[in-house]
Amino acid sequence: MNALFSQFDLWSAFWMTIKLTVIGAIGSLILGTLVAVLRLSPVRMLRAAGTAYVTVFRNTPLTLIVFACSLVLWQTLGITLANDHSRDFFTVNNFRLALVALIVYHASFVCEALRSGVNTIPLGQAEAARSIGLTFTQSLREVVLPQAFRGAVTPLGNTLIALTKNTTVVMTIGVAELAYQLARINEFRSDLLNLAFAVMAMLFVILTVPVGIFLNTFSKRLAVKR
Amino acid sequence: MSAGVLFDAPGPKARARNRILSGIGILLMLVVAAAIVWKLDSKHQFTGAKWEPFIHGTLWRSYLLPGLWGTIKAALISIALASVLGVLLALARMSSVRVLNWFCTVWVEVFRAIPVLLMMIFSFGLYAYNNVFPSSMNALAGTVTGLTLYNSAVICEILRSGVDQVPGGQREAGLSIGLRPQQTLRSIMLPQAITSMLPTLVSQLVVILKDTALGYNITYMELLNSGSTSASTYSNMLPIVIVVALIYIVVNYSITKVAEMLEHRMRRRSSAPPAAAGGLAGAEPQKVPAT
Repeated sequence: MNALFSQFDLWSAFWMTIKLTVIGAIGSLILGTLVAVLRLSPVRMLRAAGTAYVTVFRNTPLTLIVFACSLVLWQTLGITLANDHSRDFFTVNNFRLALVALIVYHASFVCEALRSGVNTIPLGQAEAARSIGLTFTQSLREVVLPQAFRGAVTPLGNTLIALTKNTTVVMTIGVAELAYQLARINEFRSDLLNLAFAVMAMLFVILTVPVGIFLNTFSKRLAVKR
Repeated sequence: MSAGVLFDAPGPKARARNRILSGIGILLMLVVAAAIVWKLDSKHQFTGAKWEPFIHGTLWRSYLLPGLWGTIKAALISIALASVLGVLLALARMSSVRVLNWFCTVWVEVFRAIPVLLMMIFSFGLYAYNNVFPSSMNALAGTVTGLTLYNSAVICEILRSGVDQVPGGQREAGLSIGLRPQQTLRSIMLPQAITSMLPTLVSQLVVILKDTALGYNITYMELLNSGSTSASTYSNMLPIVIVVALIYIVVNYSITKVAEMLEHRMRRRSSAPPAAAGGLAGAEPQKVPAT
């Protein structure tokens, strides 16, 4: 156990996983909301753009997107996200490219989650809001959006859980998170492989299962009775 | 004019505003497209040498098509194994035997919580270490193992929520004609659950197909891996990435369309309104009563 933690620095790998999850979640929530606004807008052109975004990124494997961020954005097109002269250029640049990939990919799922939240609202709700004389903004604020957010909680939470697990994919470009360390352990200390897998599996269970349980109770409480 | 939940049917003013907005949208997209084209051109990505390999058969014959086959092979094996395992798990999870029940709940919760990639790396290492398979098979076996474990748990949950949606009268009818609970489950509830969850099960194929790309990290020769190998031969990374992504998008988009078609057909066939519980598919668009 000691060898595992000292030789492969599992704690900083775990910290990296958490950092990727948190920043990725915030980023994809922002970008996903923007795409959802496009997809829900009354302008056909903007809707088409949002739909195209979702179709492209939801149907491409995350591995390919991560791979492309490093090998195309950086190595082919020379786009860097860190100071070239700093000593930890490779680490920082790869970390940021990985974040870009995670955000771009999960934004499409956030968009779909928000959209499905809006889709749970019966048309009658909006019609009732307008017929009692609420203006457009009032009906959005008082009637439509509160229900939409309640409907979106479960799919958003599922996206968060998926994001937590998907952070492992960034090992493709050598970001030192948990899966990266597991691959190294497999290569250099295969006698520790079972133990390492058990520990990492436990860490992921700790990260994702409470979110799932919380989500379950929370969404039950928020559910709109229809 | 159709009105949605968010917006009223547009009047003349709103229509004019929408036209201006779409003009601005098109303009912005053109600017972005121009910037991308300019950037790619400045890095010489449009030279014939980078795109020419695609019109000769060699690139396809020796890299992309074998890679696609690798992807499909891993996906098919995983789907078959995960379906069998998922049905067994669902049966066990809904049985009245306490131990089986408990075991399956743990199985589902654990394998849904662990990232597929971790399971792939672990099983890959395990097989290599213990010489379970011939060494050329290890990567495929690792990929399939990871995908099977995860998706068996997911399929079990899909089936369980499908069984929950079957009207309770079906079970009572089964029991009252003298079938045992397990028989009722197996020959009355489960077939209906599988039929009603077919669209969700088909969309799960997209997830499996996409996740085969994770095999790249354990040296499995799937589409991404063979594409990246060919890119080092022809030194055309960007065109290869675009083409590989397009292949994935086309295949997955068609599967999604099939799932949607199945769903529509089932909606039409059942005169009863669809079951209220959204299930794993998430919230469904509400049916609007005709006015």
